[in-house]
Amino acid sequence: MMAIGLTHYIVIGAILFALGLFTVLTRRNAISVLMGMELILNSANINYVAFSHFSSGQIDGQIYAIFVIMLAAAEAAVGLAIVLAIYQLFHTIDVGAAQTLKE
Amino acid sequence: MDQPTAVGYLYWIPLLPLLGAGINGLLGAALQRRLGKGAITLMACTPVCLSFLISIRGFAALLALEPERRFLIDRVYSWVAIGSLQVDVAFWLDPLSAVMVLVVTGIGGLIHFYSIGYMHDDDSYWRYFAFLNLFTFSMLLLVLGDSLLLMFVGWEGVGLCSYALIGFWYRDHANTRAGNKAFIVNRVGDFGFLLGIFLIFWSLFEAGHGTVVFREIREYAPLLAQKEIWGMGVATLATLFLFVGATGKSAQIPLYVWLPDAMQGPTPVSALIHAATMVTAGVYMIARLNFLFSMAPLTLEVIAVIGAATALFAATIALTQNDIKRVLAYSTISQLGYMFLAAGVGAYGAAVFHLVTHAFFKACLFLGSGSVIHALSGEQDMRNMGGLRAYMPTTFWTFAVSVLAISGAPLTAGFFSKDEILWQAFSSTHGSVSLWAVGILTAGLTAFYMFRQLFMVFFGECRADPHARSHLHESPRVMTLPLVVLAVGALLVGWIGLPAIFGGSLFEHWLEPVAAGHGEGHHGSAALEWGLMIFSVAVATGGFFFAYLLYFRRSISPDRFSSFAGGLPYRVLYNKYYVDEIYAFVFIRGTLLLARMGAAFDRYIIDFIVDGSARTTTFVSWLNGLFDNYVIDGIVNLVANVTFAFGNRLRKVQTGNINSYLYVILGAMALAIYLNWRYWS
Repeated sequence: MMAIGLTHYIVIGAILFALGLFTVLTRRNAISVLMGMELILNSANINYVAFSHFSSGQIDGQIYAIFVIMLAAAEAAVGLAIVLAIYQLFHTIDVGAAQTLKE
Repeated sequence: MDQPTAVGYLYWIPLLPLLGAGINGLLGAALQRRLGKGAITLMACTPVCLSFLISIRGFAALLALEPERRFLIDRVYSWVAIGSLQVDVAFWLDPLSAVMVLVVTGIGGLIHFYSIGYMHDDDSYWRYFAFLNLFTFSMLLLVLGDSLLLMFVGWEGVGLCSYALIGFWYRDHANTRAGNKAFIVNRVGDFGFLLGIFLIFWSLFEAGHGTVVFREIREYAPLLAQKEIWGMGVATLATLFLFVGATGKSAQIPLYVWLPDAMQGPTPVSALIHAATMVTAGVYMIARLNFLFSMAPLTLEVIAVIGAATALFAATIALTQNDIKRVLAYSTISQLGYMFLAAGVGAYGAAVFHLVTHAFFKACLFLGSGSVIHALSGEQDMRNMGGLRAYMPTTFWTFAVSVLAISGAPLTAGFFSKDEILWQAFSSTHGSVSLWAVGILTAGLTAFYMFRQLFMVFFGECRADPHARSHLHESPRVMTLPLVVLAVGALLVGWIGLPAIFGGSLFEHWLEPVAAGHGEGHHGSAALEWGLMIFSVAVATGGFFFAYLLYFRRSISPDRFSSFAGGLPYRVLYNKYYVDEIYAFVFIRGTLLLARMGAAFDRYIIDFIVDGSARTTTFVSWLNGLFDNYVIDGIVNLVANVTFAFGNRLRKVQTGNINSYLYVILGAMALAIYLNWRYWS
């Protein structure tokens, strides 16, 4: 059996990142976009922790991961507030609907 | 020459009339309205009378000095001080100018009084007297000035006042034309005068003593004796130029044409300006510069010939004229010819003597004719007069006395002065028999036409129209008194100039400091002088008798002569030898032709060039406009359109769709990572 090394965790992170990116780019539902954002941020977290564990035994990476989680939470809150405002304006949360900046 | 005596009162003589002219000129209209014509009269006549009194004082002062020292000078201020040209405003009283000043102020004063009556009904009374005073001022400046420059100022001034007074009744264009003619013809003469002044100053300057002051010219004149310019002696050329000026001012051939037309002015003006004073300025000038003229025998010959010719010429014209003033005008030209004849033979004293006597009787004749015109309510044609002797006795007697004087009746003033001239013309070294012959012929003609005038106006039946006849009256005392004074003068003044055979002339003796040593000696005996005198009396009597037959007894009809040889000689004389027409054809038409040529040149060539350049500029501007509109604006618009087109396309990037924005971000990020990995690791 292969040892689970750094590479595996990075790949996981990359896969998560790609999935999150895909979600952000293609979903029409604003909440889904936000969920994709969470995935991307969390992929970054995995990277942080993996590197922290495999390069030094210190917990620097983990501390950064906590910062990122906090940031994600704040961002999600703000994002939801924006979605609420958009809903009040357009009465829908379909991101394709907000095209008033279209030329 | 001794030093002149300096006095301080001479400048009042011209100044007083100037003040009178100034007040009357500037305030006259208002004064006349508020205070009436009497105020104007006072303002105008007082200065002239005062000037006359001061002149007498000057004359007395001269008498008190010995003959060689009879020179008074009054320097007022320094006028021109440029380099070596020093001219002061200074007044010079010597025997010659004393005579002139007395004539101008004395006779001028009498004419001022006469004008009170003559111009009584005129509304521009104040303007008349203002100009009359201004004229008196200018004339006094002319005779009292101690330099050629000051004399010239007066010379021009009298010309100006003559113009103003001839055209006094300016609403009638004939009068303004006459005034113009006088001034313009005078101007031609003045040009010659100026050239003379310049030449004298310049040549004296070259000799080291440039001046225009008379006594200094006299002192340095011998320096000019040898100088030549353009192959002619300087003295000759300068005096010829000066004589041209004299022909203009004193109405000699060829510049006399203005004087007959000048009769359009009021009669006192004709008396003062065109008989007694202004026209004598030329004679005075020659007498003043006699030393210069004596250095130029050629000029003297020219002067004598022109003087004699003018005398005869004008006398022949006077034979046929019917206007009472025209006859006198031509008579004046003729008598001035006598004066120039005298000057031309070197008898400067005789010329000035005739000037004085002529002033008396000619002024009396003019004022008398004015009296007649005034009485006949403006009639001037002698054919409509006659028999006025009964209505106007004073005028008649004074006129008759003056006619006797001008004809040279024995013992009148005119007799002595004219005879002196004829004697000098015959016997002087510059004279000749032919000059004398012309003079004596003219004397005969003079007697004839003057008596013709006397008979036509005062004798026979009255041919005036009934309206005029009903108003016929003798003139008021203010007009007849000057007539009497002048007539008395015409009788008595002659006695100061007795010919040599009667005991010698006081007048000549008086003028010696100024004109002595230059009157030439003569060849001729006392018997010859007696003979010539008797002969001239005979000739004058012949003229009188002929006029008597034609116009008093009417035993011969004048028509026999006017229709002689087909009437051609009569017509030529009556039309003044057509000289005015010739001048008009040659000079005036020529000048107008030049003017029209100049106008055509200006209109077609100059304006063509100016308009052409304007049109070219307009055309070039139009091209510029095109360029600006199409090319420049095209470029600017092109830039704008291109930018707009770009913008139009680029706008499409803003889809408003968030997803596409995110795709763009992703793409850019990938590109950045790739580039970073490829080129900057």
